[in-house]
Amino acid sequence: MSAAAWTELLERARGGHVPSISRLISGLESRQPGTSEVLTDVYAAGGRAHVIGITGSPGAGKSCLVNALLGELRGRGMRVAVIAVDPSSSLTGGAILGDRIRMQDHALDQGVFVRSMATRGRLGGVSRATVDAVAVLDAAGWDTVIVETIGVGQDELEIVRIAHTTAIVSVPGLGDDIQAIKAGLLEVGDIHVVNKADRPGADRTAAELTGMLMLSDLRASGWTLPVLLTVALDGTGLPEFADALAGHLAWLRSSGELVRRERVAAAASIRAIAKELLIERIQDPAVGSRFDELVEAVAARRTDPTSAARILVDGVARPSDLNPEKTL
Amino acid sequence: MTDTPIRVLLAKIGLDGHDRGVKIVARALRDAGMEVVYTGLHRTAAEVVATAIQEDVDVIGVSLLSGAHMTLFPQIIELMKEQGVFDRHILMGGGVMPDEDVETLKELGVQAILGQDTPPDAIVECVRALVLARQRTV
Repeated sequence: MSAAAWTELLERARGGHVPSISRLISGLESRQPGTSEVLTDVYAAGGRAHVIGITGSPGAGKSCLVNALLGELRGRGMRVAVIAVDPSSSLTGGAILGDRIRMQDHALDQGVFVRSMATRGRLGGVSRATVDAVAVLDAAGWDTVIVETIGVGQDELEIVRIAHTTAIVSVPGLGDDIQAIKAGLLEVGDIHVVNKADRPGADRTAAELTGMLMLSDLRASGWTLPVLLTVALDGTGLPEFADALAGHLAWLRSSGELVRRERVAAAASIRAIAKELLIERIQDPAVGSRFDELVEAVAARRTDPTSAARILVDGVARPSDLNPEKTL
Repeated sequence: MTDTPIRVLLAKIGLDGHDRGVKIVARALRDAGMEVVYTGLHRTAAEVVATAIQEDVDVIGVSLLSGAHMTLFPQIIELMKEQGVFDRHILMGGGVMPDEDVETLKELGVQAILGQDTPPDAIVECVRALVLARQRTV
């Protein structure tokens, strides 16, 4: 498809044509020729949606919580899009995308759009595909865009940086779970949700979280970090969750924090995409023979992996390529 | 790009509660490097078409063991045409259907019907061949 045809597709997407929105996301994800030209227009058209990241350990009930949240937000008249990310198999590249099974309550609602994405071998965190899909949905006029991540550990924090508001989902009865999130996720969560709160120990988990959050830097910024109890399956706590999300957005706007977060998001996106591009270039067949040479050299201990990596990176991205003349 | 994984929606529609087969198919397609979106049980034709559009899948695979195929496939085709996506997604079926119905369904636009005795490898090959033959433009 030509760049002009993609632009036409973007126009239809902005008019609310769902198949066009879907095609645009696919085209950008698989990097169809002509799509890079349309991206600037996609970004120019966006900037209104509230982007929410929902993350937490596997099995915490993120998909069920998103399903319940969809119901609550729809009741408030908002149009909501969801990007649900699941892992691809590192062996075959295949994936079973099952998050959507739990969101079927909204399958026929025109005010809900759900797209499943596989990680496609990209490292944890923000992938270009996720960033671009958020931008498309924003440009197409969705009020709220929820990104549900794969169950995260401590290294995949980039995903939360592209969101305005990040909710961290945990469950009672996993003491170690709290341990796992305390170093990483605890520092980036804006709202904490203890899901499956009908299980024993929910209050204790919430109390532990609240205790740990007393020391958080975010608290110093003026936002009071809520710790909420929810039961996604019966809707308990969902109105409070939706209130907290809206409250956080209002606080972002009134405190000026929104402007800062947009910058953080831009930086995180650029960094993540640059990494992806660099890795792609290194894997380019044209570089391939050099790569194999370096593998041999390191295996034979003629050089070390760091020096080899430096040779490779220097070979594909020189500072002179940064091109200061290109106008933005 | 050529290495973009094939995306498949696997669907169970109506009262049919037998999902062992569809789950094995899901696994076989995943192991062949495809991205498989599964709808879960008891969906309607309208839900399946809406999902296929949002997920922008290459293939819609409907597993039917209930005998309702002559009602449900025409419904799906009708809805796909209505929403202008009949050329966008390849429609396939799997399960237990009489030979004469299979012929009729193919005439209606179901591109392949695979019986319950089809080996997983043959299903993978069939999906690949249909996607390759289509020359998708977007």
